[in-house]
Amino acid sequence: MPTSPSALELLSPYPPGWGGVLLSGAVSTILISLGAYLLGILVGLAGATGKLKGSRPVVVLLDFYTTAVRAVPELILIIGLYYAGTDGINGLLSALGFPPIEINGFFAAVVVLGIVQGAYMTEVLRGAILAIPIGQIEAASAFGMRPSLRFRRIVLPALMPNALPGMANLWMSVTKDSALIAVVGYQELALATRLAAGNTKHYFLFFFAAAVIYLMITLVSNVVFGSLETYFRRGQPKAA
Amino acid sequence: MTSDSCALRVDDVHKSYGIHEVLKGISLAAKKGDVISLIGSSGSGKSTFLRCINFLEIPDRGSFVINGEEVLMKTGADGRAHPASWRQVERIRTGLAMVFQSFNLWAHMTVLENVIEAPVHVLGMNRKEAVDEAEALLQKVGLYDKRNVYPAFLSGGQQQRASIARALCVDPSVMLFDEPTSALDPELVGEVLKVIRDLAEEGRTMLLVTHEMKFARDVSSHVMFLHQGRVEEEGTPEQIFGVPNSARCREFTNSARH
Repeated sequence: MPTSPSALELLSPYPPGWGGVLLSGAVSTILISLGAYLLGILVGLAGATGKLKGSRPVVVLLDFYTTAVRAVPELILIIGLYYAGTDGINGLLSALGFPPIEINGFFAAVVVLGIVQGAYMTEVLRGAILAIPIGQIEAASAFGMRPSLRFRRIVLPALMPNALPGMANLWMSVTKDSALIAVVGYQELALATRLAAGNTKHYFLFFFAAAVIYLMITLVSNVVFGSLETYFRRGQPKAA
Repeated sequence: MTSDSCALRVDDVHKSYGIHEVLKGISLAAKKGDVISLIGSSGSGKSTFLRCINFLEIPDRGSFVINGEEVLMKTGADGRAHPASWRQVERIRTGLAMVFQSFNLWAHMTVLENVIEAPVHVLGMNRKEAVDEAEALLQKVGLYDKRNVYPAFLSGGQQQRASIARALCVDPSVMLFDEPTSALDPELVGEVLKVIRDLAEEGRTMLLVTHEMKFARDVSSHVMFLHQGRVEEEGTPEQIFGVPNSARCREFTNSARH
């Protein structure tokens, strides 16, 4: 009877070890999270601006978007958006006489999570913009800044100190929400872990390893957000 | 008055908030070098009038000629006037630098960055030139040493002097002061008034909304007393503070003397 492999052998990055699978899953998790987060920021900026400055129909539409996305469990949203999105695109393609396409799993994951992130980000950024002292925006106008210049030079840097704690929360949550993408079959860290555990029957070892990787991602993120906050709060005295 | 000596001509400005009419037809003409003070009790409309001149408030009616250029207005569906071109308003605003009651310095920029922001990013001035200019202005308002400090670390008086330097750096044809000392502790008022007085003596064209009566009397070439959205009385400081015709004006200037 063969002796069972040691933990080190199991976690080795080279087959028959499963470490490589885990690490490439972790890379996927980080890339999906980054993509979804950046998309979420873009959606959030547009959403916050639309809610604050948009016409009535725009505001109603955005309210519907943020309420719906935040009301429905993320797992359901992800499955729903993934299959509905794939079906919709292929339906459209066949109506136009094109053959159906296989939606790239990575791309789908980024879009679906980005839409979810965008809803939360809209509210974080809306609050951050509202917290800017109105006089600073007025001063920008009074010195002849166009709205686009005013946004880039004054509003954006002034909203960052207000938005960063909320944005850091959203980053932490997207790194973990990306695990939900496993349900549509894309191999990120969570699915890779299940695969490794299922194949070797060493459940505790691999789930523990995955937990450590998630923790590492969080710890590094904390450092990054900490230095971002120090940079963007440079003009503000420390709270006593 | 020929148009070239007229820095600012404003006619018949009206402004309402809902049914409340704040400005009921105010006119003003400023020649180059004029220092015009707007005085009156709270709610008389003096700040609103000042903010209509650079369109931070949109007047319902009125005509505006700034440095010889008329602001094009169109009447909207609601019967109120709007500027026809915001591009024109933005261009005109750069010639009408404003100093605010609460300073409104940009908190994420140092004093120097605040001062060069509009020259570099709005007027397209070369950064090096802007920095030289800004440093000279900060020298003049006594803040050269504080040029790399963020506004939150300065006293109110220092912040207001920085904001005056910021306004000067766009080389405005008219400077608008909206109660520049009202948010300051009493012991800090003097340092700011001194800077404004120097500017008046240099021949800067200025409109000054203020509660500092003695100061208004000293520096102004012309004083307007506003009451309930109208010009109740205007004239030389000697007349307004010495022998006003209107009983209300006399009462106001007397009570404000203490």
